[in-house]
Amino acid sequence: MTYLAKPKVSHPSLPRNALGLTRRDYEGSLSTLCAGCGHDSITAAIVEACWGIDIEPQNLVKLSGIGCSSKTTAYFVSGGHGFNSVHGRMPSIATGANAANRELHYIGVSGDGDTLSIGLGQFCHAIRRNLDMLYIIENNGVYGLTKGQFSASADVGTKAKKGETNFQPPIDPVLLAITLGATFVARSFSGDKKQLVPLIQAGLRHKGFALIDVLSPCVTFNDHEGSTKSYAYTREHYEPAVHADFIPPEREIVADYQEGETLPVVMHDGSRIVLHKLDAGYDPTNRAAAATQIQERMKAGEYLTGLLYVGSAEKDFHDLNDTPDTALNKVPYEKLSPGSKGLAKILERYR
Amino acid sequence: MSRTPAPRVNDFVIKIATVNGTGSASANTLLMKAIFRSGVPVMGKNYFPSNIQGLPTWYEIRVTKDGYVARSGRVDIMVAMNAETYARDVKEVMPGGYLIYDSTWPRPALLKREDITVLGVPLAKMCNENFNGVRTRILMKNICYAGVLAALLDLDIEQIRQLLADTYAKKPQLVDSNMKAVQLGYDYAKQHFACPLPLHVEKMTKTGGHIMIDGNTAAALGCVFAGATVAAWYPITPSTSLMDAFKAFCEQLRVDPETGRKNFAFIQAEDELAAIGMTIGAMWNGARAFTATSGPGLSLMTEFLGLAYYAEVPAVIFDIQRVGPSTGMPTRTQQCDLIAAAYASHGDTRHVCLYPSNPEECFYMAVQAFDLAERLQTPVLVMSDLDIGMNDWMCRELQWDDGYRPDLGKMLSEEQIRQLDKFYRYLDRDGDGIPWRTLPGVHPKAAYFTRGSGHTQYGVYTEDAAEYQIVVDRLKKKWETAKKLVPRAVIDATAGGDIGIVSLGSCDGAIREALDVLEAEGVRVNYMRVRSFPFTEDVECFLAAHRLLFVVEQNRDAQFRSLLTLETQVDRSKLRSLLHYNGLPISSSFIVEGVLEEVRPRPREQALGAAG
Repeated sequence: MTYLAKPKVSHPSLPRNALGLTRRDYEGSLSTLCAGCGHDSITAAIVEACWGIDIEPQNLVKLSGIGCSSKTTAYFVSGGHGFNSVHGRMPSIATGANAANRELHYIGVSGDGDTLSIGLGQFCHAIRRNLDMLYIIENNGVYGLTKGQFSASADVGTKAKKGETNFQPPIDPVLLAITLGATFVARSFSGDKKQLVPLIQAGLRHKGFALIDVLSPCVTFNDHEGSTKSYAYTREHYEPAVHADFIPPEREIVADYQEGETLPVVMHDGSRIVLHKLDAGYDPTNRAAAATQIQERMKAGEYLTGLLYVGSAEKDFHDLNDTPDTALNKVPYEKLSPGSKGLAKILERYR
Repeated sequence: MSRTPAPRVNDFVIKIATVNGTGSASANTLLMKAIFRSGVPVMGKNYFPSNIQGLPTWYEIRVTKDGYVARSGRVDIMVAMNAETYARDVKEVMPGGYLIYDSTWPRPALLKREDITVLGVPLAKMCNENFNGVRTRILMKNICYAGVLAALLDLDIEQIRQLLADTYAKKPQLVDSNMKAVQLGYDYAKQHFACPLPLHVEKMTKTGGHIMIDGNTAAALGCVFAGATVAAWYPITPSTSLMDAFKAFCEQLRVDPETGRKNFAFIQAEDELAAIGMTIGAMWNGARAFTATSGPGLSLMTEFLGLAYYAEVPAVIFDIQRVGPSTGMPTRTQQCDLIAAAYASHGDTRHVCLYPSNPEECFYMAVQAFDLAERLQTPVLVMSDLDIGMNDWMCRELQWDDGYRPDLGKMLSEEQIRQLDKFYRYLDRDGDGIPWRTLPGVHPKAAYFTRGSGHTQYGVYTEDAAEYQIVVDRLKKKWETAKKLVPRAVIDATAGGDIGIVSLGSCDGAIREALDVLEAEGVRVNYMRVRSFPFTEDVECFLAAHRLLFVVEQNRDAQFRSLLTLETQVDRSKLRSLLHYNGLPISSSFIVEGVLEEVRPRPREQALGAAG
């Protein structure tokens, strides 16, 4: 595999965002994933989302672990620093990076193997710390790079390409995140850009840990008959429960929403998410009820999708640590060192 | 080896045997500090169990007018407070020495020995009569033996009062109760024994300009002065006190007086894998960050260390070494992670290591570790150990140069980035093997992709043979540059001749004392203390210049000797290992005996020589 530079040709008529940038300015290098891979659609949604809410490319930090999904951070926003770390350990890199500079946007892209098997511990603890980041799982139920072993998100009864059946129950990241106290938990499908783009935008602006579990079929190892993560199966069993529109603070709500079905949620920076309940009985603001409903529908073989739980802004990692509003890496050294006089005073107690 | 009777004033060892969790630490610290404040050099070593309450623990105080910092291997006064260990404690006392025990109960037969003086003090009885509450009585019993020793050793009682006042500045009622206990023991000893003993303390003026501090506290202080703002770790003995000290210093020194906000982030990680990940993430993003661990934690960190080496991310790791393998003996000391740290991780990896020999050096090397990590864009491991980290050492006062500013190394500023046509992360522009780096959030032109997978010098993914090799060869060049930046060895070649001792870290105190003893025996030996990996040029020169080299270290497998044979040209037949690895700090007598065995002609040879 060699690196292919993506030619940057932008037509003058391409639409520009508030920063004067086109969508092309949010792209990365050319994807080396299989043609038709769900992950590439997610990459496109991330490009669209970042362009749409005028994120300065250098202010986006892209983090990942190991696997097909983790490669994708190279395929969007080439103007932002990327860190492709070790398998399952992206959350700890994100934690350290975020500790150093809270002023940037952190987006982590991981897979079901990277998150739910080798990285399950770090994933859970990033949620516990309420790390201010958007964590996207590109969930396809298999290990692609090692050619099709089941992952921990594979459903009971699902068949591998070579015919083997999975009998172990899956770990569901959405239920896990809701249980662990995450305040922004969503599920989507790589094939539904309309649903996914506003979720990414809201997730980036959400204060604290935001999870989007994106069902993202693997065309090579998990798109066959008998798989519960194929395009066909997902399309058939995919149930949008709550649609979220993301509205930045500077934009007015213009659409005509029906009273009772919509629920505007104001975010810490003044942005709003307008939730449309497509499933009348579903309440995305009730943690316990949401968890119960997701589980029940799952038993019936359906994936509820959309912004499945959104809570009020909690204290994030920095609030809990009582760090300044500005980045720790910008605190001048003079403020950090007690100097020779300070040292002399400290040493008094060691005499 | 013949033993001359040691002078009794300001040169003896007290050992205190107690039960873990009874608060004996404050009594022992009180005694040691009282001696220190009398101007007499003193050393304290704590031999404690991996336990919170109930197991035996010992504290050794060496009063040493010559200022030696190692164990001597002898015990002159034993304070036997733990009936469970009476048998072994009584055996350890040198002939002519003393044993103090609690005579509240009848003297056990175990404590019988004709060649020592046994002093009984009814400690429990006195404390039961004078204090209320079980816990208080147990604690005060310990403070009470400190009072007994104060009388026997002729310590200044007013100085003890002052020490208690300093310690309990915020709880004055504790000063009175503690002083009462001290006085009980003091008065009892004065009334019942001939005070002072022939071995006692006489005031000197040798501790001016010195402090008593442990290495973990000193290292934590170094991190504060280096400007570290992110500290991530997972609790593990014996490194935890380093993190506790850093947090305590920061709570005092780093809270913004105007906003009340904390200019530091202190993160207890879920495991050591996360702790090192956080450290790497933070330093990658421009904050000085560190973690502290010990052997088992280092094992868990190795994958990430390889990433940081290859992706060239700075990180600072303190390894407070403890006895291995595996869980080993968590509260005992060794230098057993030398190889694990030097080559941590799979593939061709080598890491910069620093080897402090005492708390003073922990302070300076902590600062140096951050500068080296950023200058070389690589992890730096500070290889301390339990003996340095958790024992109080008498050190020179720490100094600070207010002109110090963190060395960020080759970090491009926003202005420099703007002037660049294009930024290439892993390109060797200066010929020293060190590329330039950038921080996120500064400029889109500065963005690059950090990865542990194969990459070209331009920072893009590769599986190309030649492109891969360009980068790893440059890393080797950087390693050569590191040799010029790391601290040089400390060499004492005043002895002349062609015999030398080569060592590192906490062996230093014992070796320096051994050199004096050997000289008195007519054996003159040069000494080199290595302070860093990679080895500097002077290490090679010293090794080449000697015919016989004793390699002194505290592990079974001669790890330091292995590093020397792997990384220098030394002829291995010249190297003799002196290995101390039972978990106790190395003593000077161990080294003296080891050297003499090799250099002294055996009696038979002597006889033959005389005949010839």
